[in-house]
Amino acid sequence: MSTLQSLDIKRRSATTAPSPSVRESAEVAKLIDISKCIGCKACQAACMEWNDLRDEVGHNVGVYDNPADLTPASWTVMRFNEIEVGENLAWLIRKDGCMHCSEPGCLKACPSPGAIVQYANGIVDFISENCIGCGYCVKGCPFNIPRISARDQKAYKCSLCSDRVAVGQIPACAKACPTQAIYFGTKTDMKNHADGRLQDLKSRGYQTAALYDPPGVGGTHVMYVLPYGDRPTDYSGLPANPRISPLVELWKGMAKPVALAGIGLAALLGFFHYVTKGPNEVEEEDEEKARAMADRENGGRS
Amino acid sequence: MKGGGTVGRYTAGSRANHWLTAICLILLALSGMAFFHPSLFFLTDLFGGGVWTRIIHPWIGVVLMLSFLGLFLRFWHHNLWRREDSRWMASINDVINNREERLPEVGRYNAGQKLVFWLMSLAVLLMFVSGLVLWDEYFAAYFTVDQKRLAGVLHAAGAVLFCFILIVHVYAAFWVKGTLRAMTRGSVTGGWAWKHHRKWLREEIRTPAKGTGD
Ligand code: HEM
Ligand code: SF4
Repeated sequence: MSTLQSLDIKRRSATTAPSPSVRESAEVAKLIDISKCIGCKACQAACMEWNDLRDEVGHNVGVYDNPADLTPASWTVMRFNEIEVGENLAWLIRKDGCMHCSEPGCLKACPSPGAIVQYANGIVDFISENCIGCGYCVKGCPFNIPRISARDQKAYKCSLCSDRVAVGQIPACAKACPTQAIYFGTKTDMKNHADGRLQDLKSRGYQTAALYDPPGVGGTHVMYVLPYGDRPTDYSGLPANPRISPLVELWKGMAKPVALAGIGLAALLGFFHYVTKGPNEVEEEDEEKARAMADRENGGRS
Repeated sequence: MKGGGTVGRYTAGSRANHWLTAICLILLALSGMAFFHPSLFFLTDLFGGGVWTRIIHPWIGVVLMLSFLGLFLRFWHHNLWRREDSRWMASINDVINNREERLPEVGRYNAGQKLVFWLMSLAVLLMFVSGLVLWDEYFAAYFTVDQKRLAGVLHAAGAVLFCFILIVHVYAAFWVKGTLRAMTRGSVTGGWAWKHHRKWLREEIRTPAKGTGD
């Protein structure tokens, strides 16, 4: 959403020229430890607060999810699910929101230069003033994250508090979490921390506990510690192997420049046909033959 | 043939219909291609910027669909494939090399024109349907995300097909001298008709009432 940034830009939507890349910055990540989350939604409140967003008051849909889905004004929502594990009931609570993919499908799909950027630290941000509202990012995202506002037809999603991170602060959700289920730091540190958490979980019987950092999108800058790491989809539909849809790859891939070259070539071919073969012209003799045909057919009436 | 040696080919209505379609198509190609590839995004400047281009493009598409429907209803029966069309196609080399005397006599439209007609009809339908699926402002709720992704692929592929057809169509009108006046003034010279559409000329001479074009 922001435009005033002190972060370097690594990748920019609809831009073919390279970004400045002399300076290297460490990649950051948010680690969400689902085993520590109590579903209090303090992070949701903090997100609204920091980003100055107020969603419309909705309806109770019979479950804890509130609001029921991500919206242009709710960039993160807690999703609740119940599963049976052996004899036991497990209550799974996942903080949903943008995963800040290393290879973001939203950015790949976006046709507007600079409407989506990826900073050198890995955060993927929507620059609203460049957003044209086409909805392509929605089609590009493998996690179903961006939402188009009915008010201004622009796309919105979690910015990983890029404005806070730029000045050395941690994201608002991480700051607010009362159980410290949300960590923030360099991606390396977060992975190391996750290792410790996984060891702890495994020692407590969560044999399949795993870190969710899906390689299909090059890894993400929001990662989960999943107590039941073998069944990610049970966490309210967290995709097991997310990747940019092959249809989007086809749509936004090499075929396009090739097709453009083909069109240019066709036009060029026309030009050279004209200068080599010349125009196809009607001669005076054709006009005479037409007149002769008319005379013949009409028996001289015309 | 009328006095002055011309033959009527298109009524004023047909010509207006054709040019409305052509204008829509050119505007659609310009506004659509702006989103096709970053190198063409500058085309949005022609329409008041990215947001306006995004808003306007599908509406021009709606006008195109209606306008093209008019053209289709006027011309489809002239474009039914006949045996001589296949022979004409087989001699495409002679067409390209300006050796028209070697070709079979042609009726109102030659095989190339018929092909352009049917490909264009197909492409317009494809673009309209895939365009609606992509039109999130009004139709986002009616389609799944995979349907929209497929629509994106088809719409982009259709746009390329369109550009090829347009190049062939426009170039043919420019290359074959005397053709353009059919669409600007509604008539062609007898010589043009004799050279390119002899069978049609014969019919026109026999029953001139049909000479209005549709
Ligand atoms: C017939 C009705 C049509 C409709 C309803 C339609 C609708 C759309 C929509 C909704 C988009 C997405 C961007 C936006 O929201 O403006 C789009 C993109 C596009 N349209 Fe159309 N369109 C139509 C016809 C055409 C035609 C005839 C062309 C011919 C060149 C064309 C070329 C394009 C291109 C190249 C794109 C960008 C595709 C991409 O991102 O790869 N459209 N169209
Ligand atoms: S989760 Fe979706 S919106 Fe977020 S970076 Fe990945 S593709 Fe983009």
